[in-house]
Amino acid sequence: MRSVLPVLSVLAVIVGLWYLAVAPMNIRVALDQAERGGEVVTPETPLARQNVSVWALMIRNPDHVRAGYALDRPRLPTPQQVGRELWKTTGAMALRGRAWSKRSLIYHSWITLQSTFWGFLLGTTLGILGAVAIVYSRVSDLSLMPWAIISQTVPIVALAPMIIVLSSQLGIEGRGVPKAIISAYLCYFPVLVGMVKGLRSPRRDQLDLLRTYSASGAQTFSKLRLPASMPYLFTSLKIGVAAALVGTIVGELPTGAISGLGARILIGDQFGTPLAIWSALIAAAILAGVLVTLLDLVQRITLRRMGMQA
Amino acid sequence: MSWLTGALVFWAAAWLTNIRLANSAWSDSRAIRIAVPLLFGITLLVLWEGLVRGLGVSPVILPAPSQVVETFAASTDTLWEDFRQTVLKGALSGYLIGCSAAFLTAIMIDRSAFLTAGLLPIGNFVAALPIVGIAPILVSWFGFDWHSKAAVVVVMVFFPVLVNTVQGLRETDAMQRDLMRTYAAGYMQTLTKLRLPAALPFVFNGLKIATTLALIGSIVAEYFGSPTRGMGFRISTGVGALAIDLVWAEIAVAAMAGTAFYGVVAWIEARVTFWHPSQRTKTG
Repeated sequence: MRSVLPVLSVLAVIVGLWYLAVAPMNIRVALDQAERGGEVVTPETPLARQNVSVWALMIRNPDHVRAGYALDRPRLPTPQQVGRELWKTTGAMALRGRAWSKRSLIYHSWITLQSTFWGFLLGTTLGILGAVAIVYSRVSDLSLMPWAIISQTVPIVALAPMIIVLSSQLGIEGRGVPKAIISAYLCYFPVLVGMVKGLRSPRRDQLDLLRTYSASGAQTFSKLRLPASMPYLFTSLKIGVAAALVGTIVGELPTGAISGLGARILIGDQFGTPLAIWSALIAAAILAGVLVTLLDLVQRITLRRMGMQA
Repeated sequence: MSWLTGALVFWAAAWLTNIRLANSAWSDSRAIRIAVPLLFGITLLVLWEGLVRGLGVSPVILPAPSQVVETFAASTDTLWEDFRQTVLKGALSGYLIGCSAAFLTAIMIDRSAFLTAGLLPIGNFVAALPIVGIAPILVSWFGFDWHSKAAVVVVMVFFPVLVNTVQGLRETDAMQRDLMRTYAAGYMQTLTKLRLPAALPFVFNGLKIATTLALIGSIVAEYFGSPTRGMGFRISTGVGALAIDLVWAEIAVAAMAGTAFYGVVAWIEARVTFWHPSQRTKTG
């Protein structure tokens, strides 16, 4: 809790810089709009303004700097505008009972959350099974591990459109399944690596002790290796869930999806509504924060119950 | 049908060979360590080829590896042009700018405990965010050419490298820093002779994570607008135009570029941090 003050002050500086950056970023748009509204600005035409730097424009048109903070389609919206847009598409709609409308970010977050969940589930299962195979079988250790590493150096976004084409050809309706596959692809690796480390974490003497009890392989697994791997598992689950969310959003971006946070970003880009992009981005950030915090909570409770953390 | 059975027989044979190799007396030798995963990869390709030919899958859905290789060989000019646009101009320049900016920022904020305490949690949080989403914003700011791709890459690689470097700079313990003080070493000397070398394994960890992010960033940014070249452009238009074999050739290029990029950074790491326990070989 000692870091609350530093974190808050750094955040305040970031927001302050953001507000300051809005003026130079938006001055051209503001002047274009003022000119169309019949006001006199210097220089007078957009063409003449092209070659003048934003700083010179701000000094010569001090009255119009303010207008840059209240544009409908700004190049850089103010935090306040983003916040208002976010509230308009979430809280305000929920209050009017329209939380599940297609225009509400709650609806789109839910779509993204679903794919993230299935991808996370699939990726985690694959990761854990792979780790067990790697720890118990020398062949899989030698043959799987290098490919698992190589698979992560392949940019998944290149594969994303292919996964969607393939699954639609195989008769899978909707975009849920391909999105989940993409997010599982990004999510399984941290879980695999963490679990391999965790399952191998019992020391030689601990394993020997179980052998003196004449414990079977399954017993060694369930009573020693699995419990010992829990701290590793949760650490990698937290990385994995964030990766799964990135995967889902990447899966929604390049593929012409119509619902989901990634699709909101895409549509906001196509229709030239920056506020929609920014609010979807913030919603994605909030979602990531909530997911990681939830897992952190589960980790604390589980480890405390298991007597691993005071 | 013979393709299908052939592939399955090859699979079984390769599987058995791998089991024997892995459990043989030389299973720790370098040759086996390379041969087993290589055989595994070849088996996957043979299975793919056999399944596609045996089941008569249309090349519009999934082309066989041999067909991808053919397309690859036939269109090396296009692939090289895309590679230059996406990897050399977009990803690499963004990677260099982003990593050096993060590295310098880390050294600067490291001098203040207050800034470190404030930036580290935020950096950790931002590193977990889906930052690729800012691609359309940056494309509209910096235009369609490679500059906007480099900008996306800069933002994506910045935080992982920053967080890892800051953590690495805290790696030295009080005893080591006291030793430097007894030598009357100044801040710069302590930094260059003790703390930076100690931080290098962490820095390289961040740099390795950033290689993949750099490629992802520059490819995704191309989906939002690019000149008529680039890997992301070719993939998104290739899917639309049913030139699936060309798309797979691009994916192969992306995979090779990603692996090579990672490999180069890992190679430099092994040369630079040869003293670190994680780099020691068993025999050495």
